[in-house]
Amino acid sequence: MILLSGNEAIAQGAWEAGATIGVAYPGTPSTETMEQFAKKEGVYAEWCTNEKVAVEVGLGASAAGARVLSTMKHVGVNVAADPLFTAAYTGVNGGYVILAADDPGMHSSQNEQDSHYYAAAAHIPMLDPADSAEALIFTKAAFELSERFDVPFMIRSTVRLSHTKAPVECGERLAYTLKPYEKDAAKWVMMPAFAKPRRKVQLKRIESLEAWVEECNYNRVIEGAGKIGVVCAGACYQHVAEALPEASILKLGVSWPLPKKKIVDFAQSVDELYVIEEGSEYLTNAVKACGVTVCAPANALPADGEVSPRIIREAFGFKLPAFEPVRTDVPARPPALCPGCPHRIVFKELSRLRAIVTGDIGCYTLGALAPLSAMDTCVDMGASVSMAHGMELALAGVDHKPVVAVIGDSTFGHSGLSSLVSTVYNQGTGTVCILDNRTTAMTGHQGNPFNGVTLQNRLSRELDLEAVVRALGVADVRVIDPNDLDAVRSNLKDATTNDELSVLIFRSPCILLEKVHAEPFRVDASCTGCGVCVSIGCPAISRDEDTGIAGIDPIMCVGCGQCSQYCRFDAIVCG
Amino acid sequence: MKTTTVLLCGVGGQGTISAADILARAIMGAGMQVKISEIHGMSQRGGAVTTVVRFGDDVKSMVSDLGCADVVVSFEVTEAMRCVSHLAQEGSMIVNVEHIKPLPVLAGKARMPFKGEDYLKDLGALLVPAHDIAVSAGNPKTMNVVLIGALSKRLDIPVEVWEEAIAGRVPPKTVEANLAAFHAGRAYIDTL
Repeated sequence: MILLSGNEAIAQGAWEAGATIGVAYPGTPSTETMEQFAKKEGVYAEWCTNEKVAVEVGLGASAAGARVLSTMKHVGVNVAADPLFTAAYTGVNGGYVILAADDPGMHSSQNEQDSHYYAAAAHIPMLDPADSAEALIFTKAAFELSERFDVPFMIRSTVRLSHTKAPVECGERLAYTLKPYEKDAAKWVMMPAFAKPRRKVQLKRIESLEAWVEECNYNRVIEGAGKIGVVCAGACYQHVAEALPEASILKLGVSWPLPKKKIVDFAQSVDELYVIEEGSEYLTNAVKACGVTVCAPANALPADGEVSPRIIREAFGFKLPAFEPVRTDVPARPPALCPGCPHRIVFKELSRLRAIVTGDIGCYTLGALAPLSAMDTCVDMGASVSMAHGMELALAGVDHKPVVAVIGDSTFGHSGLSSLVSTVYNQGTGTVCILDNRTTAMTGHQGNPFNGVTLQNRLSRELDLEAVVRALGVADVRVIDPNDLDAVRSNLKDATTNDELSVLIFRSPCILLEKVHAEPFRVDASCTGCGVCVSIGCPAISRDEDTGIAGIDPIMCVGCGQCSQYCRFDAIVCG
Repeated sequence: MKTTTVLLCGVGGQGTISAADILARAIMGAGMQVKISEIHGMSQRGGAVTTVVRFGDDVKSMVSDLGCADVVVSFEVTEAMRCVSHLAQEGSMIVNVEHIKPLPVLAGKARMPFKGEDYLKDLGALLVPAHDIAVSAGNPKTMNVVLIGALSKRLDIPVEVWEEAIAGRVPPKTVEANLAAFHAGRAYIDTL
């Protein structure tokens, strides 16, 4: 027995099943799955530019006969939805398994979605492991099932499965040989003439899946001494089992299609049937659709966020343990841009410009928080560029503040490229800042096309970001050192006042990539306590609560010198 | 056997995850089942972090609920105050005497809590100057193992199992320093 996180167990399961190819785009809580898979013997793994590309690469590899793993976070499934829905028509050749890692409670996401709906809508079977041991077993089995039913299989995880380490028994790797590839246009060319018969194949497949799911031992009843029954799936089962030890539980390991007969039989075996799930009505509605009555607990379960044993016990009206309330004077501790982060000055200057800033997904989303407060929108990968164009369209006839899109290098590669092409094509005139910190920082420093680093450190070529942007048709492209205040300020001013589309590439590596730091700065006696240095939001700078005099923590300071450029009294000195 | 819940909390980068790893190794060494749950992502960037370790003979849920943690080990005073709500009525709290100002305080938008240490002491928390103890024991970087030593006095796991867990987790060259820190943390609890 070893301790593996759910993500590590999924990677192990795929490897044991003989998968040789892994394709993904990083995203919390899915990222470590592909990172772990990439480290295994005899596999090829790569980061793709986005999840849609990953699923297409995966489907190609499957068509050619390999067993393939793709991993993504829940919002990545949105990006991949296009190939996903049609992959449920083509089916597979080599087994194809796709991880959708959901984030109920939004620990690290812009929304909470239930990927079960994708499985049901696309008619792609979905397995719901409840712990690491099941994650390994289910993933391993999913490859064979994918081949048996000629369809990709999805594994659904949540943050509590993906990021919980639990005991796992590892096994041997199966010997899998590439399945022969044969041209079969009727299966793989989804034009109407071929897609219509494949739709029939898909519908027929649902019948055989529904027969299989009734027999599948991944759906099992854990009998309790009490009279109530609960239907649940995935890691949520652990909370239910702890909160309601007397209840009988129908633990679903396959969440689409559902075992209708098993659900009806289970409902008949208990006095009251409940469904417990997180931030979703998928399971409740699906169970109701089986024709059984679903009871509501005494107090409603929350419609959003995660559940926990306490939340379940509260819903069922049990007595809860007392607790000490948190004092109201405990200050919040939001995450912050790191000391020395090369994004800081750009956000401070955008704040000074009072620009309307359309933001994007990454570390730099933290520029939205006080004291920088320099972001107006953040929706999805690539939205900064397209939303800026939309703002410009709406504000064209009126006097308005400059509109500036801010996007990271990896996010630009993911979805910003096509947005920028659209802006160029439609003669947009705004300002786009690409914060090129040479990595995909937020998810833990993965490679991307613009830093030329690949997942298994294979030979690659680094795309020339400046040349790419020029090739897309942008004439005003500048590369600027974001640690140089004067350069940032003058270029932003110029770009936001000229009449053409400007792309400013602010290039400086993520400070966490730098192993050796410069001498820390310090504040000398000439500090007047004006507070400007504190307004840049560096965790290493503080102010005396009474005098307002600034101080720099010599351990946290990395010697970037950003703050000293803001000091009008030359009070921040090196060494 | 009742499932035991240990909540480790602190500020990103303080070493809560490696401390949780040592704890998990000790639990497995003692022949019990364990689950460790951590939240990644944005919390890495200087935010509040928590790791929950639950163990027993049949661990189900991996989270710590309000009023349910048998032991809360906090690496920082403000974070201890944020996590008091998780502490069970009969639970113990071990708090490293260190104050790390969050950004709203640094920016002058909020203040550190008033007399935080006194408040925690009144709640029965054991205040441990882990940094100073680590320095006296020989290596300031072993601060988190000092806290593990303190925690070991509140859990029913044999000393030699802890020692083995530490030796198996820390870099080979630092085993001696870490074991010294572990015992210094234990000894400190005895003085309270």
